[in-house]
Amino acid sequence: MPTPAPLLELNKISKRFGGVQALTDVDFSAERHQVTALVGDNGAGKSTLVKIISGIVAADSGTYRFEDRIVRVDSPQAAAALGIATIYQDLALSDNLDVVANLFLGREEVGGVGLLDETDMEQQATKVLTRLAVRIPSVRTQVASLSGGQRQSVAIARSMLGKPTMVVLDEPTAALGVAQTAQVLDLIRRLRDQGLAVVVISHNLADVFAIADVIVVLWLGRQVAVLDAKQTNSEEVVAAITGANVGDRLPAEVSEP
Amino acid sequence: MTVSDLDPRLVVDQPGLAGAWAGLRRRLAQGELGPLPVIIGIAAIWLIFWIANPNFLTPGNLTNLVLQLAATGTISLGVVLVLLLGEIDLSVGAVSGVTAAVMAVLSVHHGVPGWLAILIGLVAGAAIGAFQGFWVTRFRIPAFVVTLAGLLAWTGALLAVLGDTGTVNITDPTIIGLANTFFIPLAAWLLALLVAAAYAAAKLLERRRRVAAGLPTPPLRLIVSRVVILAAAVFAAAAVLAADRGLPLALLIFAGLVVLVGLLITRTRFGRHVLAVGGNAEAARRAGIRVNNVRLVVYTLASSLAAAGGILAASRLFAVSQSSGASDTLLNAIAAAVIGGTSLWGGRGSAYSALLGGLVIFSISNGMDLLGVQSSTKFIVTGAVLLLAATVDALSRRGREAAGRV
Repeated sequence: MPTPAPLLELNKISKRFGGVQALTDVDFSAERHQVTALVGDNGAGKSTLVKIISGIVAADSGTYRFEDRIVRVDSPQAAAALGIATIYQDLALSDNLDVVANLFLGREEVGGVGLLDETDMEQQATKVLTRLAVRIPSVRTQVASLSGGQRQSVAIARSMLGKPTMVVLDEPTAALGVAQTAQVLDLIRRLRDQGLAVVVISHNLADVFAIADVIVVLWLGRQVAVLDAKQTNSEEVVAAITGANVGDRLPAEVSEP
Repeated sequence: MTVSDLDPRLVVDQPGLAGAWAGLRRRLAQGELGPLPVIIGIAAIWLIFWIANPNFLTPGNLTNLVLQLAATGTISLGVVLVLLLGEIDLSVGAVSGVTAAVMAVLSVHHGVPGWLAILIGLVAGAAIGAFQGFWVTRFRIPAFVVTLAGLLAWTGALLAVLGDTGTVNITDPTIIGLANTFFIPLAAWLLALLVAAAYAAAKLLERRRRVAAGLPTPPLRLIVSRVVILAAAVFAAAAVLAADRGLPLALLIFAGLVVLVGLLITRTRFGRHVLAVGGNAEAARRAGIRVNNVRLVVYTLASSLAAAGGILAASRLFAVSQSSGASDTLLNAIAAAVIGGTSLWGGRGSAYSALLGGLVIFSISNGMDLLGVQSSTKFIVTGAVLLLAATVDALSRRGREAAGRV
């Protein structure tokens, strides 16, 4: 019996920015109920790949399959319409608004007379935050007064309101302390347990091993390893990130950095 | 659900009056001042002028104060909207002058009916605002520069529209009626009753909906005390107005606009988007808000409100002259918004700051007029009050930063 196709499947994706070949023939896939970690050194092409997934930039060549259909994702709206939510490192929350207002920013609920339906929004906000077990003092707290981990949680909860099937997180723990990191990693596990395909970009291998099921390594714009997180160890991942043992598998012109 | 056993720094208001009091003290410390400083300021100013000249707090003078306030306060409402974006509109004074001139010339020289002349004046204001907003958003020129150019150009347009005589005296009863109509004292009392009842009903209805939705609700006592405070304020105002000429139509227009703009800011999608753009334009853009459309509409509204203010001023003075909307109109309108508590940094403020800040500005101006103070001193004092208000704004921003609420 063939295994079902992955939710997202990218084949032979290439992207060039002027004189820089950012990605070369990259294959990437993400499945439901799995956390796929995307790792690599600076300039390895992680951000470019995520931008292609979330529709911010278009690939020069390659195929983009979602739910086993070839799709054109040429705008963030197109990605969102497929059910892909992307949460960026800089969060993009409005500090002067409260949690409810931020969750519903751009898709506010409006009641019969054209006024905001605050009760309904607060109810829904409470529900989604409870479902994700996000701990904040009150949904009416201004976002400015939340900690980094809570802000990250709010940003993730906001993406959940669109009922996505896949979530992409760019460095979700980069600016967080120890306790806050644990809080966000817990939240990522809950997203996976609720059946979402989760893609996490991270520099932090400890975090990656804490949550990832699959680890995809990029090196100089090429995908050099797809590792099962339970079968591998950090030496192997570091070796792949630094390109130590992949030179023989690559054409000569890129093996010279 | 998410109630915290977490960080005590993050704890929100606990239920009950004690909790509300503790919350108030915390907000004061963290620079979330609300309207309290300006209300205290108004009380202090009134006390000082009353001691200096007991005529200050007579119903007649307070009614005059309200009439003076209505025109500039309306202009200030538009300034509040622009400030919420974190931008500035320097043209509002000149726009108020030129649109009033258009109305006056149409009415006096071309025999256009009063109501139509007023409407055309308002539409002219909206068109000017849309034009300036288009320029700001399309060419990404700082609003400061575009509206400064507007200030010069519309001042020139005012002189051109008025022509050689330089003054147009308005005779149309509809236009003059705007600022010179008084409803019988009973109307003031009824309106006060209506306002208090509507506020109480809105609060109770909201509470009932929250209870039905299973959301945390403020204690009933808190709602009752708020309604009582508001009712005391509006009934005091009604008593003052009833003791003089009655309820001025100009106040009704101004207060109605304040409430409408207040609802627009806090209860509509558009207002939410204005706050979001002022707080973090990039976040607003990524949330799918069409930031430039929001800005365009805000500039259009600001100029429309400036036109409304200019028309009220023309009505009160029975004329439009070359100095209409000039010199201190712009400064007073901006000062009122800032003194009332709308932040210069965008994203924080309220329509009611136009009312409260306007009361400060015009109480000082009116009080010093009563004392026969020279206009040189008036300018200096008003400037000092503006600087003080901006300093309070900056300090409370610093308090927020210190509390992690940038």
